[in-house]
Amino acid sequence: MKLKKISTDVYEIPREGNMKVPGMVYASEKLMQDIQKDKTLEQVKNVAELPGILKAAIALPDAHQGYGLPIGGVAAFDMEKGVISPGGVGYDINCSVRLLRTNLKKQDILKNAEKIAEAIYDKIPSGVGRGSKFQITKKELDKLLKGGARYMVEKGYGNKNDYLHMEEEGCLKGADVSKVSERAVKRGIGQLGTLGAGNHFLEVQYVDEIFDKKIAKAFGLEKGQITIMIHCGSRGLGHQVASDYIVKMEEKYGFKGLPDRELINAPIKSVLGKDYYSAMACAANFAFANKQLITHWLREEMNSLFPGAKMEVVYDVCHNIAKFEEHIVSGKKKIVCIHRKGATRSFGPGRKEVPVAYRKVGQPVLIPGSMGTSSYVLVGTKKAEELTFGSTVHGAGRVSSRSVALKTINGEKIQKELHKKGIEVKSGSWRAIATEAPQVYKDIDEVVKVVDDLGISKKVARMKPLIVIKG
Amino acid sequence: MKYKFLAHTADMKFQAFGKSLEVAFANSALAMFHTMYEKKIKKTKTVKVKAKGKDFEALLYNFLEELLVLFDGEGFFLSKVKRLNIDKKKFRLEAEVVGDNAENYEMDIDVKAITYHDIFVKKEKGKWICQIVLDV
Repeated sequence: MKLKKISTDVYEIPREGNMKVPGMVYASEKLMQDIQKDKTLEQVKNVAELPGILKAAIALPDAHQGYGLPIGGVAAFDMEKGVISPGGVGYDINCSVRLLRTNLKKQDILKNAEKIAEAIYDKIPSGVGRGSKFQITKKELDKLLKGGARYMVEKGYGNKNDYLHMEEEGCLKGADVSKVSERAVKRGIGQLGTLGAGNHFLEVQYVDEIFDKKIAKAFGLEKGQITIMIHCGSRGLGHQVASDYIVKMEEKYGFKGLPDRELINAPIKSVLGKDYYSAMACAANFAFANKQLITHWLREEMNSLFPGAKMEVVYDVCHNIAKFEEHIVSGKKKIVCIHRKGATRSFGPGRKEVPVAYRKVGQPVLIPGSMGTSSYVLVGTKKAEELTFGSTVHGAGRVSSRSVALKTINGEKIQKELHKKGIEVKSGSWRAIATEAPQVYKDIDEVVKVVDDLGISKKVARMKPLIVIKG
Repeated sequence: MKYKFLAHTADMKFQAFGKSLEVAFANSALAMFHTMYEKKIKKTKTVKVKAKGKDFEALLYNFLEELLVLFDGEGFFLSKVKRLNIDKKKFRLEAEVVGDNAENYEMDIDVKAITYHDIFVKKEKGKWICQIVLDV
């Protein structure tokens, strides 16, 4: 495969063979070395072969090999000629990040970090197979799948300002519960309000640096302030929705001619394409509701620890999602079906999708680091709308496999090392910690520097972790 | 060797082996649950599982997914595949699996889904090999 350097941090995989468009890779030379170690570029090329793909198959600086689309991948499709792909979105539909700002200061947490970590760990179910204490009937679940975070707020788990500060206002339109299988419901109904495992986490952080005072103020962030970041998705319900439609699309369309069986797809406006979108929206709403419940429990816990503690939603961003958005293609505005997998929307000032409170500056972009490293708040830009269909990175991105991590890294040792640095890590499993150790991820500071240099989102604030609850 | 794990940046990739297709499928199930938890699981209950597909890969995908649905939906954690029959012409499978309540264990890694990425089921030198990438 050819790889052409276009300019600093910009590479092109020129069209060849069955590719309908070129591949574009945005990365520094250093990050490119990691990207070239696995099958990321091959997966970019595969995506460029899909029908109706527009402009380019895109890999962002945190890109690494996934299945179907690479993680850190973006692809936009023509509404008439294009396709929608469940494997392109990923199994963990709306795996996403929420940031809460508080009226607490770093010192409040430092005094009692271990006790606070213990209390949060006990309150919020995390890890594998740990079900939820939250009971819901099938009838109410149907309403939740339609209403997302809004439904939870209406039931008393939060306030209106919460969902007004979320992507899609915490509720993806077009959800149709009749398109979600009983199996999907069975897998998810007992998991509301749980973090899950893998790369999911809940982190208590403090703001240690402000890069843009004006925008930080608009986002309600200041130095020394405590923030809380939650990363989780649609749990078993979303995983099963993806799988159900992969199987259905395979039965209907077969996988002949596809470069990767995982890239099975359906035309956007076909019955199956529409059904998948309606089911995916339900899963996305499950994820929004899930984080809303976690937020509610967290407020309860923090208020019993710190009477008068306030926690407000800064923003909530989707990672694994397909959406219909307006973008400029070949000089013309048009609606496209965008797939973001392990990628974050990064809309600049003025877009109607950005909450009113942030519309003048652009949307908040929330970038978690790996366990024990910094996380960042950035702001969306017009440049992202020009270059990457309004998209930017979603995190540090992995460099090393879990199976290698399990052989070479000791989770208990990692926890002790982080404790010495003043970071409390709580998890039910040493192996879980090992697979998420900082050394299996790229350097978040480098990833953020590259997106800032490229201008596809701009740095606003940096947070450092104090407490990490690992799923 | 029943199975081995291979490097994959984001997810868990493994190959499971068997002298027969049935044994290779059973070892695939073991590898998947081994991803979640390494230690021994008690055998307190037996469950029957059925799956079908259009080819061996789809059959394996659907079989493993049945087990995941059992895990998420009913908290069943697999310890052993007791009996497994495959109709190789119709791509249908019936199995009896034994295991325990997942609540009794602190699991390590969550398997979100089976994927079709890099999947294969093939016979090589008289031995069956199943390759799977799990989304974790």
